Amino acid sequence: MPAAIAVRNVCKYFGAFCALDHVDLEIQAGEFFALLGPNGAGKTTLIHTIAGLSVADSGSVHVMGSHVVSQYRQARRQLGVVPQELVFDPFFTVRETLRIQSGYYGIADNTAWINEIITRLGLADKANTNMRTLSGGMKRRVMVAQALVHKPPVIILDEPTAGVDVELRQSLWDFIRQLNIEGHTIVLTTHYLEEAEALCNRVAMLKHGKVIALNSMQNLISTMAVGYTLCLKLQPDTSLPPALQEKKTGCRNGCVELKIDNYTQIESILAQLRQAGIQIQEMQLLQPDLEDVFVNLMNSSLPQTQ
Amino acid sequence: MTGFLTLLYKELLRFWKVGFQTILAPVVSTLLYLLIFFHVLKAHVEVYQGVSYAVFLIPGLVMMAVMQNAFANASSSMIQSKISGNIVFVLLSPLTYREIFFAYILASVARGLLVGAGVYLVTELFFETPIYWPVWIWIFAILGSGLLGALGVIAGIWADKFDQLAAFQNFIIIPLTFLSGVFYSIHSLPPVWQFLSHLNPFFYMIDGFRYGFFGASDFSPYVSLCIVIACFTAVSLLAIRMLRSGYKLRH
Ligand SMILES: Nc1ncnc2c1ncn2[C@@H]1O[C@H](COP(=O)(O)OP(=O)(O)O)[C@@H](O)[C@H]1O
Ligand SMILES: [Mg+2]
Repeated sequence: MPAAIAVRNVCKYFGAFCALDHVDLEIQAGEFFALLGPNGAGKTTLIHTIAGLSVADSGSVHVMGSHVVSQYRQARRQLGVVPQELVFDPFFTVRETLRIQSGYYGIADNTAWINEIITRLGLADKANTNMRTLSGGMKRRVMVAQALVHKPPVIILDEPTAGVDVELRQSLWDFIRQLNIEGHTIVLTTHYLEEAEALCNRVAMLKHGKVIALNSMQNLISTMAVGYTLCLKLQPDTSLPPALQEKKTGCRNGCVELKIDNYTQIESILAQLRQAGIQIQEMQLLQPDLEDVFVNLMNSSLPQTQ
Repeated sequence: MTGFLTLLYKELLRFWKVGFQTILAPVVSTLLYLLIFFHVLKAHVEVYQGVSYAVFLIPGLVMMAVMQNAFANASSSMIQSKISGNIVFVLLSPLTYREIFFAYILASVARGLLVGAGVYLVTELFFETPIYWPVWIWIFAILGSGLLGALGVIAGIWADKFDQLAAFQNFIIIPLTFLSGVFYSIHSLPPVWQFLSHLNPFFYMIDGFRYGFFGASDFSPYVSLCIVIACFTAVSLLAIRMLRSGYKLRH
């Protein structure tokens, strides 16, 4: 079975600017894959080269074994893409939009499946509403539905939850998780790292057009995240002694956060606080998460691919 | 075939849903041209013997409406999809470049013919325009609207903003249309202008179209047909090439 998506040595330039720098990436069928990176890292550009919206300057891209340029028809039939920008055709209703999108893929009568995705995405009572009058979140759901009309084995979602309220985000993820369980390969980008951590089993991190990390979610967190976060709630009107200030990484809900490398440092921190006569009201030790890895990677300059 | 038919259906529905703007309004404005030119020029001009100026004018105006609306349809559909971004749904699909091209121009032909038929039918309430040879009328109306539809595809892909599209229309399409003998027979022009008119492909569309009504024209309709087919082929190949290369559509 071919890889769901195979990106080999892809470079993409906009003028002299290098948006994708020798990207090598293989995503297997059935994976739930996260493509992460700060704004401008090249995530959307990479998705565009996979979808044929943009053409790589060098290297090759295959979707389910079909080359995205020379075999674009087969490749595009295997792929459903939810673009990052909120776009719609103001001339049509939700149902018309989905019927037309099915037709583009050569499906003359898709009523049963359209009804199913409309229901599963909570669009049933908007089916005959004009696209123009839908809220942003609803338009986003229609875009997801449009990407699914031809039941593609590979689905790519570019920031599907940007600007979407919490409740919708949750139901959208439930739906996408269900699709993954049914066998679809899912690739997504998101700025909500806790969502990616909860959903995805593998991650690639992009920075300046380069893949700087590619690993399973578990490995990435256990190997890349150094240290823990110690949260302390101090007695009111006191502050950390100067010696500890440099370990402080933040302040949340009235707790100060200290970065530590291992458990043994807790001992000395507590000793220093006791010496300074400061009482601790609450204490919590946080395990590293994807966000720590992300911050680490984005601040370091060494590539960490394995 | 389903993919192509769906895109064609979508393009037809797009203008049909706003038929007031896309069909009725151009019919009315073309009739205003007829009214004004007829009143200004009726006493002065007799182009063909026994043909009143109004009746001479009608086929030219019908063809002008056919061409302008074919151009407007393809170009505005293309630029609207591009600017609003929803062209992405076509670009993501497995539709071929030729399917996209033919869907756009066939919808343009349909709109051109509808507006042209509307203008013709209304004028027949007041005048009686002979029909000498309907086949020529159909051939030139279809090829002319196809050619302008293809030009519309090119302009719509090329233009990044609406004012660039308006410039294309104002500096290329409208002058070529107005200087193509819609309002006069070029025999009444000084030799230099006659020569320039012969370089204008739009002239042959109007001339051939008019032949279908009166059985008389400046050039043989076969000559006009060859020139129009050559232009249609060249413009279509350019449009398909632009679509294939992804010019301004795929980075
Ligand atoms: N059409 C374009 N022309 C010029 N530069 C572009 C174009 N598209 C993207 N870029 C640049 O490429 C870089 C990557 O953009 P993008 O792929 O959208 O990043 P991301 O999706 O990770 O936020 C950015 O610096 C962006 O400015
Ligand atoms: Mg992006």
